[in-house]
Amino acid sequence: MAFLRNLSRKKIFWPLAALVLLMCFNLFFTPNFFRVEIKEGHLYGNVIDILKNSAPIMFLAIGLTLVIATKGVDISVGSVVAISAGVVAMLIGGDLKGVPKNPILLSMAAAVLVATLAGMWNGLLVSRVGMQPVIATLILLVAGRGIAMVTTNAMVVWLYAKPFALLGQGYLLGLPFSLYMVAFLLLATMLVTRRTALGLFIEAVGINPTAARFAGINARNIVFWVYAFSGFCAGISGLVVCSTVMSADGNNAGDGYEMNAILAVVLGGTSMSGGKFYLMGSMVGALIVQTLTTTIYAFNVPPEIAFLVKAVVVWVVSLLQSPDLRSGMAGFLGRRSEGGKEAAA
Amino acid sequence: MSRKGLINLRSLPSLVTLGLFLLMFGAGSLSFPGFFSLQNFLNLFIDNAYLLVLAVGMTLVIVAGGIDLSVGSMLALSTMLSSFLLERAGWKPGQVIPTVLAVGLALGAFMGYMIHAFSLPPFIVTLAGLYLARGLCYVVSIDAIGIKNEFWQGMANARIPAEAANSVSPSVIIALAVVAAGGFILRSTKFGRTIYAIGGNEQSAVLMGLPVARTKVGIYAISGFCSALSGIVFSFYTLAGYALNGRGMEMDAIATVVIGGTLLTGGVGGVVGTVFGVLVYGTIQVLIMFQGTLNSWWTRIAIGFLVFLFCLLQRVFEAGRGKSGKDGSAGPASC
Repeated sequence: MAFLRNLSRKKIFWPLAALVLLMCFNLFFTPNFFRVEIKEGHLYGNVIDILKNSAPIMFLAIGLTLVIATKGVDISVGSVVAISAGVVAMLIGGDLKGVPKNPILLSMAAAVLVATLAGMWNGLLVSRVGMQPVIATLILLVAGRGIAMVTTNAMVVWLYAKPFALLGQGYLLGLPFSLYMVAFLLLATMLVTRRTALGLFIEAVGINPTAARFAGINARNIVFWVYAFSGFCAGISGLVVCSTVMSADGNNAGDGYEMNAILAVVLGGTSMSGGKFYLMGSMVGALIVQTLTTTIYAFNVPPEIAFLVKAVVVWVVSLLQSPDLRSGMAGFLGRRSEGGKEAAA
Repeated sequence: MSRKGLINLRSLPSLVTLGLFLLMFGAGSLSFPGFFSLQNFLNLFIDNAYLLVLAVGMTLVIVAGGIDLSVGSMLALSTMLSSFLLERAGWKPGQVIPTVLAVGLALGAFMGYMIHAFSLPPFIVTLAGLYLARGLCYVVSIDAIGIKNEFWQGMANARIPAEAANSVSPSVIIALAVVAAGGFILRSTKFGRTIYAIGGNEQSAVLMGLPVARTKVGIYAISGFCSALSGIVFSFYTLAGYALNGRGMEMDAIATVVIGGTLLTGGVGGVVGTVFGVLVYGTIQVLIMFQGTLNSWWTRIAIGFLVFLFCLLQRVFEAGRGKSGKDGSAGPASC
């Protein structure tokens, strides 16, 4: 009992509980959900698929967690994924024999660089121009789709260079390769933010940028680099997305990912009001989002309807995080009299 | 600063927009034969009537310092609902139109309530609304539904003569009526003045005893209503309901409002500027069409760029106003 109470105090408890609940639902209602087989030397099954498919969201969630911690938001990530996928596909290109036009690693680096530049653009608009984060990143959300379409000449570009498939389809020691990339990026980010003061600086900016500046923190630079990092993460996510289907579709690649990523971060316990972040929680959040998606698919519901469910989940979770609702539940009468005052006035 | 000076300063962005429109239309007329005609100008209204309706709702929201990202998919939902009710459920236009408008109004009011009652950031509530409406479209029908209803066909083909051989569609009349109504609400009603007060400083508006709660829910309801009406106008134009209609249109709507000189921080702006914004938007599209070699995706990039320019202009403009206390300090402004 004491163990349970201890556990429930941990921040990771609630996201994990939600995940377990969702898994239990699947255990009863989705046949063969937990079956894992070994085929051709690696693991196969729904659970492995969930892990594999959540990788692109996890990359985004890592970057977005830091952005949200500064009380910002980056809704351009889906479009940046499309840009990165487009750039890498155009650079590798190649014919049906699978000979890449440019060295694969170089092309990947170029795509991630372009994505990082896109993130820096966002950072510039937010930190230097002083635009609201939603608007600044909304510009790239829409213009970015255009850029992705122009990059790929408004066509779906197919890739045949075998080695590139490793990112999205490859396996290492039985597990999807992309998971190792996620783990690496996550660990690196955690080390940099939690073993140095950087994480505290980010949180300080999220709580009160002016106070942070007076405390000697270069708030502008922190905000700038956080957005650049979000672009970088979206770039890597784009590589994996492109590699998974070995094609780049400027119109559909990464479509709606911003929603999934925000949902992952919020489900993981990072509040939209900034000032705190929780990377591990965001990872669990991404798993919840992907499990939810897989569960919805398992019921033969059209994938687009999954968005409906997710929209409702976002509303419910942000309601639960709302301090007004909490205090409202604590003192229903208090709220009523406040409302009465306003109506009377 | 004198009162007159302030007004001039405030109308400056919309004058800049008007200038930009004249410049672009002029440049198009000089570069392309057949560009300069009254009908081509009227076509800007015919082709963008739905956007004008959306943008008026968005103007109200942005003047109040909020944002509504759900308008594009609300438009899609309304085209979907209209076509479904007309073609599959066999309702009459007289029943369909009020129903669709009521759905838009209700969804908007619901989002407004969540934003106000629980102090949630507008963008997160309306972003979820975006996906909710898009999901609802697919609940109605997965594939597109063509509209064969006589009234709709009639509205699509009817032309109202404007001058000599030139004409406009009934949708343009609807859109202009919405603009007039929006302008009237903002300028001459208590509700409208409260919107400006909330956009200027919400806390002050509360302390002044203005009905902030009612107004905030009201503007999102109006925006939902405008999206639904815009969807109906859009389906007059395309004669089909399709779940992917209006993808990214929230950006078009926000873009036209921003280009029209409404400040994203709220408190300043109006529907006249928004009309100019829509004209600029339409002209960009026509220019790219006339130019011929650029693909239509350049429109998106051009619009993104214009929004950037105007946001920059707004920041400079705000810095010029100076005394507002927003000294462009570091860190993200709250949404």
